[in-house]
Amino acid sequence: MIKKTAAQMSASLTSGETTSVALTQSHLDRINEVDSKVKAFLHVDGENALAQAAKVDAERAAGKKLHPLAGVPLALKDVLAQEGVPTTAGSKILQGWKPPYDSTVVSKLKQAGIVILGKTNMDEFAMGSSTENSGYGPTFNPWDLTRTPGGSSGGSAAAVSAFEAPIAVGSDTGGSIRQPAALTGIVGVRPTYGAVSRYGLIAYSSSLDQAGPFGRTVLDTAMLHEVMAGHDPKDATSINAAVPNVVSAARSADVKGKKIGVIKQLQGSGYQAGVLARFNESLDLLASLGAEIVEVDCPSFEFALAAYYLIAPSECSSNLARFDAMRYGLRTGDDNGASAESVMNATREAGFGREVKRRIILGTYALSSGYYDAYYGSAQKIRTLIIEDYKKAFTQADVLVSPTSPITAFKIGEKSEDPIAMYLADVATIPVNLAGICGMSLPAGLADEDGLPVGFQIMAPAMQDQRLYEVGSALEAALVSKWGGHLIDQVPALGGAK
Amino acid sequence: MSSLSRDDVAKLASLARIEMTEEELVNLASQFGSILDAVARVQELNLEGVKATSHPQPIENIFREDVVQPSLTPEQALSGAPAQEDQRFRVPQILGEAE
Repeated sequence: MIKKTAAQMSASLTSGETTSVALTQSHLDRINEVDSKVKAFLHVDGENALAQAAKVDAERAAGKKLHPLAGVPLALKDVLAQEGVPTTAGSKILQGWKPPYDSTVVSKLKQAGIVILGKTNMDEFAMGSSTENSGYGPTFNPWDLTRTPGGSSGGSAAAVSAFEAPIAVGSDTGGSIRQPAALTGIVGVRPTYGAVSRYGLIAYSSSLDQAGPFGRTVLDTAMLHEVMAGHDPKDATSINAAVPNVVSAARSADVKGKKIGVIKQLQGSGYQAGVLARFNESLDLLASLGAEIVEVDCPSFEFALAAYYLIAPSECSSNLARFDAMRYGLRTGDDNGASAESVMNATREAGFGREVKRRIILGTYALSSGYYDAYYGSAQKIRTLIIEDYKKAFTQADVLVSPTSPITAFKIGEKSEDPIAMYLADVATIPVNLAGICGMSLPAGLADEDGLPVGFQIMAPAMQDQRLYEVGSALEAALVSKWGGHLIDQVPALGGAK
Repeated sequence: MSSLSRDDVAKLASLARIEMTEEELVNLASQFGSILDAVARVQELNLEGVKATSHPQPIENIFREDVVQPSLTPEQALSGAPAQEDQRFRVPQILGEAE
């Protein structure tokens, strides 16, 4: 049951072959069985999940018309507020906080009747590429438990690849959905900036943050994408336009005559041989399906990483000022007579982890007078050049492609002492965020040298998210027929998988 | 090669309201040079005449009618408060006795 795709689960629920309660219980059992090894979840909400499942089953029995994903379980990244359920963003500063409201994404999931199994682990405030920066300990990659699942949405990615949930929600500020999807052999999409409401998404870098879906197939990912997306008056940056028809795009599997642009700057040196081999094979497959492969030049991408590590820390230094020990979250040092300022200083020292402090300090520096123009100002101009590179490239191709991550899953601890090495994990995903466009990662196979999953990244212009699914579903179909099944079928059992 | 001293980091930490330990200050100062060198790459290009982008979407101010709508109750709003009193957030002393 848990090995089925979300689309198959949906069909089984509709036909009456199973119930949402049974489906939810089998996922809770699976979590119980393997999550002590994977540590994907920070909070498992079994009671609410089963209650929601029972409600959907009753509605179905009463003949109510339901959403296709009604009754299907999901894992939710702990960065999204859910009323009455502990929400920490992976930070000690929010330990025990129960939001008094639902984020818009959670409202939409509930409206569709989706069963939320619990909250998943993440790098603190989504700052990281390995989930090792969580205040609650790392998550482990189901393909190899000595390795990271990527990050920052590593908990959501690991939950889906370990069959603890068929679909999951993540968020992607510099690659935090696509990179963990690549490292765990699943599909992840960062929608166009503004396509999914940020209301109730705990802010890291507001001009870059975007929530999006994970699934084990392109179609499952599209089904969740459609639920999450849509205009929201509560988010002033939400796009007031119709949601692209991603589900029918995911069923189209058609690339005939499409132009696929390979970005010259996102390959070559720094990319693992096995990653490049799987990437090039996928390109050949797309060509054999009738796509035209062209090379495109994006010279400013060389500076994207540097621009990102100024813009995101600058925005975070401002956004995280809200954690002031006054209205919610941790408060320490509040002894008789202590000043508000000293309580704030002590609380932020105790509540924030190492990487969060590092980025707040970097952002404070980049925004300080005397350095503003040289750092933050220059980064904003690089951002313009990156947008222009994309614009030009999209006149030459319908979609652009690259490897998602230059390397496969790395060992726990391997990069945690070297911030610059860790930042390089996002080199191929960051340009999408800076330009506010959309991107997908889907599994392209296993690298020869280490047997670990490789991700293939597809990028499309703003609000053309359907193109990701058209090309992604075509490539997926070709790969599945070549492999004789999905890549995720090869993930180790972790003991007791049925 | 850029660098920041331990005292520079201490000044930034104080601006950011984080009371760092001596060990943290020294560690961060030692890492900062290589981080600044990496991000200083944004200064390699001639950016004269290039407009700055603060946001990926070309949107103007978004307005709505100012009408009364249901919102959080005082109990809900205070539910996460570290301390409260008389339906208000209780905060530590804001002004020093000497001021």
